[in-house]
Amino acid sequence: MSTTTVTPYRSAVHVGRDGFAQLLRAEWTKVRTVRGWSIGLVLAALLTVLFGVLAAVGGQISCGGGPDGSGSKSGAACRQVPPLGPDGEAVSDSFYFAHQTLAGDGSITARVTSLTGLYSTHGGIEVDAGTAGMTPGTQPWSKAGIIVKENTTQGSPYAAMMTTGSNGVRMQYNYTRDIAGEPGMASAASPQWLRLTRSGDTVTGYDSVDGVHWTEVGTAVLPGASSTVQVGMFAAAPNYTVTSQGFGTASAVGGPTLTTGTFDDVSLQGASAAGTWTGTAIGSDSPRGQLLAQAEQVQQSDGAFSLTGTGDIAPASGQGSGRPVEQSLVGAFAGLIAIIVVAAMFVTAEYRRGLIRLTLAASPRRGRVLAAKVVVIGVVAFVVGLVAAAVALPLGDHLAYNHGSYLLPVSSLTKARLIVGTAALFAVVAVLAVAVGTLLRRSAATVTLVIVAIVLPYILAVASVLPSGVAEWLTRLTPAAAFAIQQSLVAYPQVTANYTPANGYFPLSPWAGFAVLCAYAALALGLAVYQLRRRDA
Amino acid sequence: MSQAPSVEPRALTTSTRRADLDREPCAGRTRWRETLHAEWTKLRTLPGTIWLVLAITVLTLAVSAAASSSVTCPTVDCNQDPGKISLAGVELGQAVAAILAVLAVSGEYSTGMIRVTFTAMPRRTTVLAAKAALVSGFTLIAGSVAVLGSVLVARLVMPGHGFTAAHGYRLLSPTDGAVLRAAAGSVLYLALIALLSLGIAALVRDSAVAIGLVLGLLYLSPIIAGVVTDPHWHSRIERYAPMSAGLAIQATRNLAALPIGPWEGLGVLAAWAAAALLTGGAVLRLRDA
Repeated sequence: MSTTTVTPYRSAVHVGRDGFAQLLRAEWTKVRTVRGWSIGLVLAALLTVLFGVLAAVGGQISCGGGPDGSGSKSGAACRQVPPLGPDGEAVSDSFYFAHQTLAGDGSITARVTSLTGLYSTHGGIEVDAGTAGMTPGTQPWSKAGIIVKENTTQGSPYAAMMTTGSNGVRMQYNYTRDIAGEPGMASAASPQWLRLTRSGDTVTGYDSVDGVHWTEVGTAVLPGASSTVQVGMFAAAPNYTVTSQGFGTASAVGGPTLTTGTFDDVSLQGASAAGTWTGTAIGSDSPRGQLLAQAEQVQQSDGAFSLTGTGDIAPASGQGSGRPVEQSLVGAFAGLIAIIVVAAMFVTAEYRRGLIRLTLAASPRRGRVLAAKVVVIGVVAFVVGLVAAAVALPLGDHLAYNHGSYLLPVSSLTKARLIVGTAALFAVVAVLAVAVGTLLRRSAATVTLVIVAIVLPYILAVASVLPSGVAEWLTRLTPAAAFAIQQSLVAYPQVTANYTPANGYFPLSPWAGFAVLCAYAALALGLAVYQLRRRDA
Repeated sequence: MSQAPSVEPRALTTSTRRADLDREPCAGRTRWRETLHAEWTKLRTLPGTIWLVLAITVLTLAVSAAASSSVTCPTVDCNQDPGKISLAGVELGQAVAAILAVLAVSGEYSTGMIRVTFTAMPRRTTVLAAKAALVSGFTLIAGSVAVLGSVLVARLVMPGHGFTAAHGYRLLSPTDGAVLRAAAGSVLYLALIALLSLGIAALVRDSAVAIGLVLGLLYLSPIIAGVVTDPHWHSRIERYAPMSAGLAIQATRNLAALPIGPWEGLGVLAAWAAAALLTGGAVLRLRDA
């Protein structure tokens, strides 16, 4: 009996590979070959650029002219350029300065015995009325103290020790830096001693409660300081503002303020050219009102000085000082709507046509199918967003500049974050739309849900429709938090300003806000994988 | 004569159909009523319709109530418009009204039902008119409930948040002319948004594209208006964009500061809706289904 071995049948056809690369290729082919989707993706980029350009051109600045509009100018003739600080940032630099020249190393010491102020609650103040219409009181960041400043030009490097309205003693230098010293407000009963010591281009600040025991507050480097600097006393008072947020409107009331600081025991050590103090209103050509310019002064009696000033030495706050560069990225909203439509159809069209059954038959591991879809649509949306933002940002900013806007300077690193962040926003929103589409399987419901979740909270918060408290929570908790990644403005605690979403300030930092959107996308994706495995296709 | 008995029963059985045929040349009204009935049956028996109608009511009411209870008025003349706040939910409700309208058209295209519809009822504009009547009817009913509820919630909640006579605010009441106009106008606003969506859906057929277009048209205008600082262009956007113009109907205070009057604003939205429906109807007639 002979045994015959039976060779089992093997197909001569090569085994098809079913790796992840093949899945990616399959999904990429789907995206590439549906004409409507390609049109939608190109449209997303075009709309982003188009609306950015429209916003830039629509930001035409007009100025001058009489009440009847005659003689008014517009465009580049109206551009108002604020002074720039040592790091290239826009700054406010106007205050009253009683100064002497200091050549080489030295130090200044002064005792502040009081800080008082006046503020106007009704907007502008009448020149004829004098300071009679103003209310007594200091602002939280009213400041008076001693300062070492490169020269009297606006924007030059400085280091200052100061007493403030309600933030205690501070050392501030080069506009953006702020270090806290002794708490409390200066008064005759509890005066505050301040000292600045200059050594080369380094300035060290000290404070003391008795003039005997000194505490070092901080050290500042004045970049490129020449041997001769201006040293002296100063007083400054930022504008008084109260913003009332109406439903659909936001109005700020407020007005100019004055701060008066009283100094005694002023001593200056070092090679000083003149023995007398010169009073200069720094930045007096900036619009601060005739009256305030008249009120600014220095009075001397019995070794005590009384300095009255207005203005602020601080980074420029966003409103009114210039155009934030990210306004050119406003078209991203239009682009996102197009991306959401395409990404939703990328899934829901398969359900509508029944293609999903073929897809899942060809690749039964459903989680991997969804992963491939997410990777493909994410990468495609990222590229679309990157191209759109990389064109829209410089183009929109260029047009806005030509139309008279002053663009707030930002570092190229920040610009790169705005562009890459917008691209990442496109990618994650596309992933969210695919996940929601897998869950709901219906185009209309998916598109509406994703648009409403991302765009509506932004509108409610930013188009100043809700009180700022609610607006902050909306931009903290909803997917709209991700638009923080398009923010270039920096909120400074030492500057009182209206830091609300409506003014371009999001409550979360850029990447934290973006992480909120990522969390929503991850949650939706997890649910989608679970449901896709569990449900019949 | 022998043929007659065999013919007669046949004539009897087909009598109803023949009666229809007899009526056809001058039966515009009946045809309209039947079209309406057919569309009513379709819309009524779709499982989604009732949920969408409920969602219009519930979401509008929920957001309105949240807005009413989040806004406070601490001082006299606190620059708030209680009428507008109490109806804030319309901004979300309109998205659901848009889905309802878009699905009434796009749903038929996605399943191929539209070919059966047009075979049975070849007058396509009549079909669109019937859909428009039903969708706006559903929206009007859902909107009325939502708006009445929203005003009621605001009436109960807002006096506790400082909207009192001492601060210069009267109790919200439907008998107040401005509040009545805002409330009735918001219901009409929802219906007009539904009609606008219906027209756009007839134009582009696909539901995802249609809803994307509608929501883009509605929601982009306030965002764009926010960055356009040129006052001329800014007020142009607010006057002619469907959402910002249409929602002017909700203002009850400080009407002089509005970029466009309440009824004029709703008129702008009506013009948008009419243009969309006319274009949609024309394309429906000219294009293959």
